[in-house]
Amino acid sequence: MTLGLNRMKRHLVPLILLAPALITIVVVIGFPIGRAVWLTFHDYNVLRPARTTFAGLDNYLATFRDPVFWTALRNSLVWVGGAVSLQILFGFLGALLLNQRFAGRYLIRGLLLIPWATPSVLVALMWMWMLDGNYGVINDMLRHVGLIDRYIPWVAQPATALPTLIVIDVWQGVPFFAVMILAALQAFPKELEDAAVVDGANVAQQLWFIKIPFILPTLLITTVLRIIWTANYMDLMFIITNGGPGFRTTTLPFLAYTTSYRRLDFGQGATVALIQALLLAVVIVLYIRLLRRRQVV
Amino acid sequence: MIAVHARRRRRTRRVADATRSLGVHIAVGIWLLIALGPYVWMFLTSVKPTLELYVFPVRYLPSAVGFEAYEQLFTTTPFLRFFRNSAVVALSTVAFTTVTATLAAYALSRFRIPGKPIILVVLLVTQLMPAVLLVIPLFISLRSLGLLNTPWGLTLVHSAFALPFTTYLITGFLDAIPKELDEAAKIDGCNDLGAFRWVVLPLLAPSLAAASTYVFIYSWNEFIYALTFMTRESARTLPVGLHGFIGEFLIRWDLLTAGGVIATLPTVLFFLLVQRRLIAGLTAGAVKG
Repeated sequence: MTLGLNRMKRHLVPLILLAPALITIVVVIGFPIGRAVWLTFHDYNVLRPARTTFAGLDNYLATFRDPVFWTALRNSLVWVGGAVSLQILFGFLGALLLNQRFAGRYLIRGLLLIPWATPSVLVALMWMWMLDGNYGVINDMLRHVGLIDRYIPWVAQPATALPTLIVIDVWQGVPFFAVMILAALQAFPKELEDAAVVDGANVAQQLWFIKIPFILPTLLITTVLRIIWTANYMDLMFIITNGGPGFRTTTLPFLAYTTSYRRLDFGQGATVALIQALLLAVVIVLYIRLLRRRQVV
Repeated sequence: MIAVHARRRRRTRRVADATRSLGVHIAVGIWLLIALGPYVWMFLTSVKPTLELYVFPVRYLPSAVGFEAYEQLFTTTPFLRFFRNSAVVALSTVAFTTVTATLAAYALSRFRIPGKPIILVVLLVTQLMPAVLLVIPLFISLRSLGLLNTPWGLTLVHSAFALPFTTYLITGFLDAIPKELDEAAKIDGCNDLGAFRWVVLPLLAPSLAAASTYVFIYSWNEFIYALTFMTRESARTLPVGLHGFIGEFLIRWDLLTAGGVIATLPTVLFFLLVQRRLIAGLTAGAVKG
């Protein structure tokens, strides 16, 4: 009897401990995922929810026929590809730098991470002001060093709008990459390095053949997380460019948002968002397969 | 002869080390300038006389330092209200998330749970959902529950999105505390709760501070959900309020930068206090894997 009660307790206690967190997650995240999928097959009317009708594949067909969708898809690829690859590059260089000895190391590491802890709205506003076409400090500095001869409206002209947003995102995202890679570098066993030196490897060879393979798992998971985060991140478009000029900075999540809240077409908005989620799922599946293959080899 | 040779070699190496160290310091200096320059510029803008913002060419240092923009911000805009709303949402989110995540993490770390890998995978998958996919159905649900424009609706949403990562983080911290310690406490007569309260919790406290900071920064900074669910001006949080200044004041950069300086301070202060431990927690999982 007591034994049975004890056993039940052993099973019940962890469930009770897990319940609040799991219930919150399922209610706030799980349930809406189902709802979103349902929305993609319906013509939902926000003002009169009772008049919602089944739409079959209409939302999907309308999405694929919409030229703006394809523009947004291309913009998303440029945005994610550009921002993430530059963050990997500078994050890696930054990590190598932070791994050196310098005065005030810990304080400086903290200071360098501040952009990462800054609200996106503020990041957007600071850069809007610095990039201003009439009074922007960046235009002034570039003109002083002779790189440009007149002020440029960086976020208002089609050719520079998306690249400028990428630069801002890289500015904010590099510290995160640098710190993750730095942690991996610091876990690097000294013996491996010594062995390489004994075998006559030069600095470049040590880096390429030993250190990079060692930090590769960390680099991969950080990159995958960053791809997902960047693909979903639309605050900069929202605040700085409003998707423009034209549709030059309209990415998939931004299109999903505006389709829902400006055109009040919740069904098609959810469809665009779901397509984005499925594309990201492909990235995750590729990552898992890559991990499996590495383990087999 | 050999001694002279060795001494010379040592000297060239010292010179090489010094050049290298100089290079490192210069590179770090440039990075600091790029990372923190925008904040300096924001601060300078906020204390400049307004007219000096709009001159050509750009005037770098203010002719006089004044805090009129801050005064105006507090007296003529609902900025304090935004600040309070943000504080209520962020602190409620921290309280709710930290407690529930610690309970869940304790279960994951100290009990044998059937289906534990599945729970961990579910926790991770929720992190991958695009906010925009969920913002639409959440808006519909919160509206029917009457939770739009209330701090509780937003607190619930922020908590749910912060929970998976926070649970993950705290589970890692708990795993690092030896199980033998709570077992020893139980032998000494503590029950489960007592062992947790008197042995594990004190050891966990510094890590919880780091996890709470992560939650605070997330909630304090979050924009899209806050923008969508807090449509009434009196309910707006700081990011939404700051965003609203753009239209309402035809971009009053003096007010915006003053508001920006004040909005950044809490996160930066918290962050600098706990950043070392937070980074240790963030990276522990990734490096092990």
